[in-house]
Amino acid sequence: MEIFLQQIINGLVQGSVYALVALGYTMVYGILGLINFAHGEVVMVGAMLALSALTAMLGWGVPPLLALPLSLILAILGCMALGYSIERVAYRPLRHAPRLAPLITAIGVSIVLQNLAMMIWGRQYHAFPQLIDNQSHLIGGAIINDIQIIIFVMALAIMASLMVVVHRTRLGRAMRAVAENQHAAQLMGVDINRVISVTFMLGSALAAVAGLMVSANYGLAHYYMGFLLGLKAFTAAVLGGIGNLRGAMLGGLLLGLIESLGAGYIGDMTGGFLGSNYQDVFAFFVLIAVLVFRPSGLLGERIAERA
Amino acid sequence: MPNALRQFLTHGGKHQRQVMFWLLLGALLLLPFITDALLGRGWVRIADFAMLYIMLALGLNIVVGYAGLLDLGYIAFFAVGAYCYALTGSPHLAIAFPMLFPDGIHLSFWIVLPLAALVAGGFGVLLGAPTLRLRGDYLAIVTLGFGEIIRIFLNNLNAPFNLTNGPQGISRIDPIRMGDISLNATQGIFGIALPSVHLYFYLFLAFTALVIVISQRLEKSRIGRAWMAIREDEIAASAMGINTRNLKLLAFAMGAMFGGISGTLFAGFQGFVSPESFSLMESIMVLCMVVLGGMGNIAGVILGGVLLAILPEILRHSVVPLQQALFGKTLVDPESLRMLLFGGALIVMMLYRPAGLWPSRVRRRELDSDEAGVV
Repeated sequence: MEIFLQQIINGLVQGSVYALVALGYTMVYGILGLINFAHGEVVMVGAMLALSALTAMLGWGVPPLLALPLSLILAILGCMALGYSIERVAYRPLRHAPRLAPLITAIGVSIVLQNLAMMIWGRQYHAFPQLIDNQSHLIGGAIINDIQIIIFVMALAIMASLMVVVHRTRLGRAMRAVAENQHAAQLMGVDINRVISVTFMLGSALAAVAGLMVSANYGLAHYYMGFLLGLKAFTAAVLGGIGNLRGAMLGGLLLGLIESLGAGYIGDMTGGFLGSNYQDVFAFFVLIAVLVFRPSGLLGERIAERA
Repeated sequence: MPNALRQFLTHGGKHQRQVMFWLLLGALLLLPFITDALLGRGWVRIADFAMLYIMLALGLNIVVGYAGLLDLGYIAFFAVGAYCYALTGSPHLAIAFPMLFPDGIHLSFWIVLPLAALVAGGFGVLLGAPTLRLRGDYLAIVTLGFGEIIRIFLNNLNAPFNLTNGPQGISRIDPIRMGDISLNATQGIFGIALPSVHLYFYLFLAFTALVIVISQRLEKSRIGRAWMAIREDEIAASAMGINTRNLKLLAFAMGAMFGGISGTLFAGFQGFVSPESFSLMESIMVLCMVVLGGMGNIAGVILGGVLLAILPEILRHSVVPLQQALFGKTLVDPESLRMLLFGGALIVMMLYRPAGLWPSRVRRRELDSDEAGVV
């Protein structure tokens, strides 16, 4: 039972990070109908930027509680600029091209970012500095530490504020209008290019936060961390119903739970045949299963159109 | 064979084309000797690998170029082919399961080759069947996931029973034999000494030619035209009575078979396989060849394959000495520079030359006349 509870806690914390990244995928998909393949790398860049800034500031003697928000803001700004440029360079010129074209540029962007990051930050793992006294708490036999609590609460708060932005503000209304019908929105005086740019920037800001969270949770950052994370977050977005914000959040949390429970129990389920080293496979099986049995996802209303 | 190459040489009369064909054939036959004399034996080996890549790229071209299905896990089929021969042609099974296979299996390469092609094709259908009714971009992600699943399994199936030997890979794979002649030793024909890399060069040349002929026949056939119709407009294609699902499955299976054949040859040539050779980056590299050269155009894909197979070697020989001379140390290693160039090439090609360096004429016409093609 303790193990079960522990896996639930780990799954929820990991899942809240997936949800943040999945929101980035789903927002862009909702508006452009395009999978932003490079989104996982934006998360990685966010983590690396935050980590570098943090290490530098701690080196200069800035107090940790000031350095953390400062480096987070820096990472957010950096990722927003990155998200904006990715859209401008790789997607905007191809908005009316065949579907294959932006997908291929997206892969190109992702490879370029990954290798640039490797040149800048090297191949080694970067350790996340110890900032706060990370205390562990016992809940019913399971352990949860301060960082995990902060991640979970912060992720929920960010998601709530995103919902407010999308459903209560003028910008949010413009975003929803563009998602529903680009041409009609344009006729109503919505600046489509601006809305799309802002969407990319919002998604990238979320990615930066998620990047910092992941590296704080595992205590590590690495140039290759974005790929798998991005893939899993995409799975989460599909699981919840791509294009649907609530779906992305639900999908993220669910995927986190599936993964941690699966990794915890796969040994018992298969009689020791498969071990927890297959953890990364779950996301793919979930993805394939969802696409086969319910392509519109759990909360998606639209049926995935053909061709 | 003349048919296959005639495509390259469509200018001039029939006689002229025949002359060109024999000249090209002669040049290709002499190539290993010339390369050996001018650049050294290492480059013959590189030429061998280039041909394996060309076969892979032509296989992927069927899926991406003809049928328009973006497959990001293509290298998985290469892996399936390679492991088929690695398991049946090495002492590994004898070591792992001494009870079942006291001497290993040691099947002949020529028996394994068609089997491996079938197994890879089967995997292609297995992957395609549940996913092909999905839209193109989903398909890309699912195939990517499939490629990773295969790699993760290859990496981890050394326990509880040792099927793949995990990350260490399988070594001591039997060399390819033609009758009694092993391609792993120097052979003499008519007093000319043919080293192992030369022998493999001719074998791969024959297979590449075969793959080219098949590709070309497919392109012109009813099936090929149906694939292209699906690529351009799936709804219109099915309205014309094309069974889109079966044809897409067929494209997947055919592409996978080429991948499997190439993988089997790779295992025999290399004598060693490990999961490391089948990473996502390899899939991307093969995709780069197809995109860079010209999706759907055989000559373009071959050009892409040759360029991208040679590029890493050129970088290796130029980047490091250049940096040493300029800065006195190596700032950027050639491997990451290579990937950076690949990524950049994918972006630039899609933006400025979406039909590739050597586009097929049909494709170019389509892209010119229909800029705002809604897919």
